[in-house]
Amino acid sequence: MELHDYLPILVLLVVALLFGTVSRGLSALLHPRDPTPEKLDPYECGIVPERDNPERFPVQFYLVAMIFIAFDIEVIFLYPWAVLVRRLGVFGLVEMAVFVAIVFVAYGYIRREGVFDWAPRKKLDRTLLLQRYRREAEAARVASGASETEAA
Amino acid sequence: MSVLAQAIPAPQTDYTTIIPELIVLGTGLLIVLMLAIRRFSNIGWYALIAALGFAAAGIVAYVDLWPEVTDGAATYAFSGMVAADGFSTFVVILSCVAGVLAVLLANSYLKREGLDKAEYFALLLFSAAGVQFMAMANNLVMVFLALEILSVCLYVLSAWNRDKFASQEAGMKYLLLGAYTSAIMLFGISFLYGGTGTLNIAALAQFFARNVLENQGLVFLGMALVVVGLAFKIAAVPFHMWAPDVYQGAPAPVVGYMAAAAKIAAFAALFRILFLGLSAMEVDWKPLLWGLAILSMIVGSLLALVQSDVKRMMAYSSISHAGFIAIGVAAASAEGMSGALFYLVTYTFMIAGAFAVIDCIGRKDEQYTKYEDYRGLFAREPLLAAILTFFLFALAGIPGTSGFVAKFVVFEGAAEGGQWALIGIGTVAAVIALFFYLRLIVLMYMQDSTERPDLAETRARVAAGPAVVLAVTVAATVLLGILPQGLLDMAGQAVFAL
Repeated sequence: MELHDYLPILVLLVVALLFGTVSRGLSALLHPRDPTPEKLDPYECGIVPERDNPERFPVQFYLVAMIFIAFDIEVIFLYPWAVLVRRLGVFGLVEMAVFVAIVFVAYGYIRREGVFDWAPRKKLDRTLLLQRYRREAEAARVASGASETEAA
Repeated sequence: MSVLAQAIPAPQTDYTTIIPELIVLGTGLLIVLMLAIRRFSNIGWYALIAALGFAAAGIVAYVDLWPEVTDGAATYAFSGMVAADGFSTFVVILSCVAGVLAVLLANSYLKREGLDKAEYFALLLFSAAGVQFMAMANNLVMVFLALEILSVCLYVLSAWNRDKFASQEAGMKYLLLGAYTSAIMLFGISFLYGGTGTLNIAALAQFFARNVLENQGLVFLGMALVVVGLAFKIAAVPFHMWAPDVYQGAPAPVVGYMAAAAKIAAFAALFRILFLGLSAMEVDWKPLLWGLAILSMIVGSLLALVQSDVKRMMAYSSISHAGFIAIGVAAASAEGMSGALFYLVTYTFMIAGAFAVIDCIGRKDEQYTKYEDYRGLFAREPLLAAILTFFLFALAGIPGTSGFVAKFVVFEGAAEGGQWALIGIGTVAAVIALFFYLRLIVLMYMQDSTERPDLAETRARVAAGPAVVLAVTVAATVLLGILPQGLLDMAGQAVFAL
């Protein structure tokens, strides 16, 4: 292959570079300088953000991703094994049992970590809730008391 | 139908060769299983289990495997995926020692910081299994897999203090850069496969024995990229950029383990790939390692001079130590290899001990790691200051400590290979290194702690775990400095028959 086969690519590269630098340079030279906050905003990059920082949001999907990977990989290995189960014999059966057991440990762990406890927790029992309300009321009372003394 | 009914022969599985790894992995799984079923509120129980797992694996490796592998040639198991030889067994034992030290360091740290989750110990065990499989890997895919097992655990461990910004940053940086270099290494492996048609490291050597390559470009590129991937893990210049930030941000007990474990694993893989698989390309990889060693020693030592944070300074010191160990690889001789192995052992003890002290002095939230906080430390904490001084001297390579013997044997290996330039530059780097260690030591003995009432009031607490670690590491550093012959013989038995 001769090198001049690549000449069109070189030409395109040069043209692209020229187009970029010339148009950027010309606009920098010619445009009127009158910046306003709106003009300095990113151009057409979606809705103007109203909050500074996004709140923390639940990362439930990370647990779902973990469980997905656990089962995804399990199925990837189970499927070819299932096709050849007779030919693989006892050895294959034992190996697969070990493998499934290990994946099952992972499943047990992420279940315990709360992978199936979706959305707002409703499992709070009454005594815990009561304790929480009492704590909050106490905190509010202390806070108001503090502000009163400050005012005094 | 007859084809389908034919039994597939069971692959050769020799579980006896990987008993230590099975113990370590099994212990990790046991901890995860316990977490799934019933949780202890005191993580000390999990620490105990993890320590017992490491100890059992190490003892099995030493008692059961070591006499076997040093007698005869390497045994290959699992269709040549893993090799059990003196080298791998040596590294397995070393990783178990590092694991026990890490468990002892972590227990009190996790309780103090309120980060007491038992997953820490499971991750430690899994990462140690990664180190061990990396030393045994006789197949480039196995090397990669083991490297990932190790790395993923270390990424999580570095971000363990997850409410602390620096720790998050450490984990994130390590993950992103580590994933990137893993891809580079995988790329290199694919080139090696493309050039030689095999992934088996022993078969690579056979390929080079049988064939003379007209054009080495593809294989050279593959080899270079694999070296890049591993050089990142050992934090060799110019692939060291992650180390200071990760060492500074990650919890001290994690760093004390990670600095040693990642080096052990990556050097083990380097030795097996370069010395066994690509020994025919010695002319090509020697200059690479040569450059890595020199750059790491010089840049690491020079940048350590200008640090003002102890953990960051230790990161640059670990970079320069990576350079010293790389001399053993660049020497391309059996002496260099056994020297590097000895160096790794001494470094494992020294770094664990040094970070045990840094952890104790750092106190809650590791808030005291600046040089300023170490000013006048001797007046406040005479014992801790003395121990840290000892470790800094050992790291600098003062005679009487294991650090001196380690540097000596590595240089001896380089001399055997006629690498005089390397020895000369190494000596200069060692002198610079002595200077930055001395800078911290001088600071510790300055008498003006009156400026810091916050430090004078609270004494650093040394919990039982770090106390044991300190006792063991000081003893090991002294012992290996005075009577290194036993370990030197072991390291000598562990090298490949070149």
